[in-house]
This record gives sequence, C-alpha cells and structure tokens, in this order.
Amino acid sequence: MHRTGELYGQFETLEQQKESAALGMWVFLSTEVLFFGGLFMTYTLNRHYYGTAFGVGSNTLDLKLGGLNTIILILSSLTMAMSVWASHVGKRKATTSFLVATLVLGTAFLGVKVIEYKQKFDHHLVPGYHFQIDYRAQHPAPNDDPKEIEAEKEELSKAFAKDPDVNAHAQLYFSLYFGMTGLHALHMIVGAGMLVWLIRQSMLGRFTPTYNTPVEMIGLYWHFVDIVWIYLFPLLYLIDRHR
Amino acid sequence: MSEHIVPPKVYVGIFLSLMVLTAATVAAAYVNLGPFNIVIALAIASLKATLVVLYFMHARYSPKRTHMVIIAAVFWLAIMLALTLSDYVTRDHDVAANTPMSQMLGS
Repeated sequence: MHRTGELYGQFETLEQQKESAALGMWVFLSTEVLFFGGLFMTYTLNRHYYGTAFGVGSNTLDLKLGGLNTIILILSSLTMAMSVWASHVGKRKATTSFLVATLVLGTAFLGVKVIEYKQKFDHHLVPGYHFQIDYRAQHPAPNDDPKEIEAEKEELSKAFAKDPDVNAHAQLYFSLYFGMTGLHALHMIVGAGMLVWLIRQSMLGRFTPTYNTPVEMIGLYWHFVDIVWIYLFPLLYLIDRHR
Repeated sequence: MSEHIVPPKVYVGIFLSLMVLTAATVAAAYVNLGPFNIVIALAIASLKATLVVLYFMHARYSPKRTHMVIIAAVFWLAIMLALTLSDYVTRDHDVAANTPMSQMLGS
C-alpha cells in the first residue's frame, strides 16, 4: 500500500485516517453485539422455559473463580486504556509495559477459565453421556464442605421434585455455559494474539502521539470483550444465588 | 475527533466505580428479591457497560457518527430480543410440559 510516513495513500489527513478506522471498528463491534446477542437470546429463552434446571446449573459454578476473573478482566481493561493514554502522550516504554500487563492479565483470565472447565469435567457437568447434575452431591471430595454438600443435596431434591427432567434440562444450561464462555474465551485468545503483535510494534517504536490507531482499535476490541463478560458474569453465575 | 486525551485519573476512577458495582451486584445476588434479582443484575451490568463504552472506549469524546453506530447496535439487539420474546412468551404452550427433553434426546 502506498504510504507517506504515518499516512496511508487513500487518506487526506491523519485525522481522517483515524476516524475511518474508528468507524470501521465500531461497525465490526456492532456485528459482534449481534453475534453474541444470538447466544444471549437462546439463553434467555431456555431460562424462561427451564428456570429450575438453569438455577441448579448456575449454582454449581464457582463464584470465587468467576468473581476473580471479573476483577482480572476489568483490571486488564484499565491497563489497556492506560496504554492508549501512554501512546497518546508519547510514553513509549509505558505503552509497552501497559500492553504487557494487559496480556498477562488476559492470560491469567484464561488460566482461571481452564481451572473452572477442569472442575466441570471432574463434576460430570459437561453435556453428554456422562452428564450427571447431582454427581458432586453424590460423590463429594474429601475437602468439600459437608454443609455445602447438604445444601446442594437439598436444592437438587427440590429441583427434581419440580422438574423430573432436570438432568436433561441442566445440560442445556451447561451447553450454553460452555458455548458462551467458550466464544468469549476465543475472543480473548484472538485479543491476546493481537496484543503480542502490538507489543512488538510498540517495542519497535511504531506508535507516536500522532499515530497510535492500532493501539486504540485493539483497545476498543478488548473493552468490548470485557463488556461481554460484564453481562455473562451475572447471567451465568449470579442470578440464582439467592435460592 | 480532535484528539481528546483522557487523563489516567479518569480511567482509574472508572475502574474503581466498576469494582464497586461488581461488589454491589454480587451482594444483591444473595438477597431474595424474587423476579427483581434479574432486573437488578442486568441494570448494574448495563451501568457498567455504559461506563466502559463512554470512558474506556471514548464514546463520550467521539463524533456523532460513532454514537449512531453504537445506538444502531443496541437497537438491533433490542429488535431481536423483543420480537423473539414477544412470540415465544405469548404462545399458549409449555415446552417443558409438552415435550420432555428425555424424549427429544431419545434416551
């Protein structure tokens, strides 16, 4: 592509170039809203029909890990925003450091997610032949809190009384849990890849106060992924806790 | 966008607000408010999302053209949710009662 310094050939000014990039990014993000929106729609509908099963499914999730991940992700949005600021004011080293911090936090998020998925496999909560919603209540681990197991048993017996098909319906919940958090995690992985590229570019000194569009655009993407989690966290982990 | 540089203290302020709202939504989840648990959870999530869009994503300092795209995205999502739900929710049948999942799965 023809390029003069920081300005690509098809643009008149740097400002126009940046505004075009921002518009394109926002249009892309609006398609992403509908992409995730379809899953949120499916979740809402099935929750409407199978509220009992969704409740017990939701309450098996580990709120501590989910909460930790929420904090990690919001913190990574802060460091991302700070790297945009640092690139605007021409602090090259700070730009790189904040990008590295964002990458580290993003990777930590994915690591916690791995621990959570592993738990679901251990508790037979992955949809399929071996799925058993009351597996953990029947086979508690030695370090499980007996009070918690009792509460879970009571909740499950109530659920089975209300909806005899709860084991099948809970699989819908977990299909959506893995589908939604999985698609979200996939976006995080893509974001991490882009961060690696950004860090390299930043170390090469490509970003200046007049040209930092890539930092800002990938920042927009990163914050969008954060927003998806902001909705996933209460919908998947929280809204049935009071039972 | 004639380069509006958002100072770090705004970002830190927004971050702290998001943390407080996260704590609030977790606390609210343990109180039994019946159908309002969902309403409160979604209201807090939307407030958090709005803060992220306005400040972290600079929408507040962006041209009207960007605002238009954001509003269009929310509007389209609202169309999908509202029209789909208005169909399913008003149908006179109970999926859970009429079609047991065990039959649908053939087990």
